[in-house]
Amino acid sequence: MSFINYSSREINCKIVYYGPGLCGKTTNLQYIYNKTNPEAKGKMISLATETERTLFFDFLPLSLGEIRGFRTRFHLYTVPGQVFYDASRKLILKGVDGVVFVGDSQVERMEANIESLDNLRTNLAEQGYDLDKLPYCVQFNKRDLPNSAPLEELTEVLNPTKVPQFEAVATKGVGVFDTLKAVAKLVLTELKRGS
Amino acid sequence: MSNQLVMYEEELQQLTAICDVLQRDSNAKAVLVIDKNGQAIAQSGEVEHLDVTSLSSLTAGNVAATGGIASLLAEKEFAGQFHEGEKTNVHISIVGARVILLVLFDERSSLGLVRLRVRKAAAELTIVLEALVKKSEAGNQPSVFAEITDDDIDNLFND
Ligand SMILES: Nc1nc2c(ncn2[C@@H]2O[C@H](COP(=O)(O)OP(=O)(O)OP(=O)(O)O)[C@@H](O)[C@H]2O)c(=O)[nH]1
Ligand SMILES: [Mg+2]
Repeated sequence: MSFINYSSREINCKIVYYGPGLCGKTTNLQYIYNKTNPEAKGKMISLATETERTLFFDFLPLSLGEIRGFRTRFHLYTVPGQVFYDASRKLILKGVDGVVFVGDSQVERMEANIESLDNLRTNLAEQGYDLDKLPYCVQFNKRDLPNSAPLEELTEVLNPTKVPQFEAVATKGVGVFDTLKAVAKLVLTELKRGS
Repeated sequence: MSNQLVMYEEELQQLTAICDVLQRDSNAKAVLVIDKNGQAIAQSGEVEHLDVTSLSSLTAGNVAATGGIASLLAEKEFAGQFHEGEKTNVHISIVGARVILLVLFDERSSLGLVRLRVRKAAAELTIVLEALVKKSEAGNQPSVFAEITDDDIDNLFND
């Protein structure tokens, strides 16, 4: 749910990174955090287990610049990918303005990708959202690994509706900002369309 | 999706005025109004040293998780929470359907006093928030987005 503040002249939007466990959602946010100027970011909060698996969410507030005198602020969240944290994922999707699905390119993670994408659709639908109507991008992460599936196959299975998609190596930052910019742009375009 | 929250100068002043009174009358250190999705809406008191953005997101996460527990137990939402620290205590309550009121206080105040003042402030906040929702739904306020062009959006990302 976007929050437009005419008083402080700010536009606030919420973007959620979704995907199976270990696909690299937290790594995306960490890279963004590390590469952003201090004045454009707030603290990154990670509610994680001792083994650095996301337990509830990661949170990173970012400022992307001004449009017509309004500061655009994006709140980035990741969900915990592990299957049994479903209740938490539902909570984090509340009020979402845009979604990034991060898929794990490794062949052996294909089933986990499919399951997570189904889960995303179901959880959104439960709250009255339709994934096909939301600002939405797909990222195929871990392209550096030798066991990654061909791009055509990933596209066919995980991006049948042909939303903007990006190949990424989140640990090195490849594709990370491209993905963020694409989803942020879709969110702003949707806000404009809805006004 | 018309669940967009819009804030105008007039309502923000009203909300801030209510927070100011609550902060003063309850001897609190700080008062924050946060929407349930974690955006800070209004604040008063000693907020200069607080990371308001982080505090808002975590409080909203906390309220969401507690609300999740309530619904698992077939409870209506838990009305409030209280956390006691060594120096700072935290009182969290839900106002209306979509807003959270966070009060930070120390030994200069007490839970009883905070509870009492929060009740009064919550009633006043509810009135302002309802008016705000009506106003933004009526949609006769000029929207910043009506003027924004695709080029404006593109330019934001050209660096
Ligand atoms: N080789 C390679 N490893 C990656 C890449 N992106 C992330 N990783 C590694 O994958 C592991 C898991 O990354 P996280 O970002 O914690 O995964 P997550 O999606 O947040 O996982 P959950 O919090 O459990 O949902 C870490 O060890 C990362 O360093 C990548 O592009 N290539
Ligand atoms: Mg994670």
